[in-house]
Amino acid sequence: MGKVVAVTGNEAVANALRQADPDVCSLYPITPQTDIVQRFSSFVANGQVQTELLNAESEHSAMSAAIGAAAGGGRVITATSSQGLALMWEMLHIASGMNLPIIMPLVNRALSAPLNIHGDHSDGMGARDTGWVQLWSENAQEAYDNTIMAFRIGEHLEIRLPVMVCMDGFIVSHSIARMEYLGDDEVKNFIGPYQKVNPLLDLEHPKSFGPLILTDLYHEYKRLQHEIMGRVKNVVLQVSDEFAKQSGRKYGLFESYRLEDADIALVILNSAAGTSKDVIDELRDKGIKAGLLKPRLFRPFPYAEIGQALRHLKAVCVMDRADSFGGYGPMFMEISSALYQADGEGRRPKLINKIYGLGGRDYMPGDARKVLLELNEISKGAPLGAVKEYMGVRE
Amino acid sequence: MKKWTELVPGAVVLEAGSSARFKTGSWRTFRPRWVPENCIQCLMCWLYCPDMAVNVVDGKMTGFNYDYCKGCGVCAKECPGKQGKKAIVMEPEGK
Repeated sequence: MGKVVAVTGNEAVANALRQADPDVCSLYPITPQTDIVQRFSSFVANGQVQTELLNAESEHSAMSAAIGAAAGGGRVITATSSQGLALMWEMLHIASGMNLPIIMPLVNRALSAPLNIHGDHSDGMGARDTGWVQLWSENAQEAYDNTIMAFRIGEHLEIRLPVMVCMDGFIVSHSIARMEYLGDDEVKNFIGPYQKVNPLLDLEHPKSFGPLILTDLYHEYKRLQHEIMGRVKNVVLQVSDEFAKQSGRKYGLFESYRLEDADIALVILNSAAGTSKDVIDELRDKGIKAGLLKPRLFRPFPYAEIGQALRHLKAVCVMDRADSFGGYGPMFMEISSALYQADGEGRRPKLINKIYGLGGRDYMPGDARKVLLELNEISKGAPLGAVKEYMGVRE
Repeated sequence: MKKWTELVPGAVVLEAGSSARFKTGSWRTFRPRWVPENCIQCLMCWLYCPDMAVNVVDGKMTGFNYDYCKGCGVCAKECPGKQGKKAIVMEPEGK
């Protein structure tokens, strides 16, 4: 049965990993993720899981070991943040290219330079094209639920893909919040035993991973990878439905908040979505029809569904806690694409992009209010300024 | 050639020993030539060859398998030869 607790995001995720009882955990500490693998190491030391723990000498090695263990035929986890993810970069592509369902919490943190340990999304957005499934989480509850579902999604026989579960560094990872655990048996039954696919350690059937594939077939293998990524959306919906039956908590590809009858809306990921919802309620009370869309599945990106959910609006601000220098914010580029393809019968919302909260800069209700009031003016015909602007920056 | 729909996800090769069908000898620009009179049958060439391209029959070196020899020259480098004369010499292909 469920148990209501007050825990940090890291503690919640560490417990989801404990309940999944993976075969192998390869790890390397990095702030703000360290707390997850530290707690998980205690579970191993205390005999609460049967996991083989590997202390690697870097994140590159941690991901390499995870790949080896997963190819061997094990359920494998690791966790990282920021520079750690950046150091894993080449191995991330190998995990996805080999269809190895490694599960990895990513506690989002800014990238150097300048050095910063606080929460923003530049690490996860940088891994956009690595072929990993990405689930994003607003709070400890969502991070916990997404971690449990990640095993079912990644290990699904139609896809077999690695999954990154993202939550905001410090803001969620180190803040204590109310959430609800599922029982150990419930999680065990929900995730089920690990199903091996082409394990290297099946010595009766020798096989090879990582062959050289040149001009003759590489293009075809990438086409297959694209096909498999295309199946993820339905798997996520199916697993989320089953999870809702178990837990009572419903998840889709994204969350819509007061969006259906809205004129203006924010598109915003993770913890800042929670702050924004309060302000939306406040503006609704004043008669401003504001709403919000919070993406959950960022890779693969559900373009058609999100385009459909936003196309009726008059004005939308896409909030990015990361920048693509020389481009728009990474989320803005996706939303622009989604809306361009959406069938709006010639109608499309006015679209602006705000870069906010880099390096863990606080995102306050006043920030959400300011953007929503600007959108309200735009929806009434006020001229658009710059498409992309830094919010709350000292001038 | 296979279509993308016929491929194994993850590019896993499910058949053991299939690299035997991939003849790497066409990469060679230098070929090793065996000089039997200088050979002491130490089998260092067989030990060092990265492509198992040294033919050994009944414990004796008998020459090279040019279907797989890439011409790397490791065998010639390691060959101790006899009285200062190498039993393996590298020669340009097509000479």
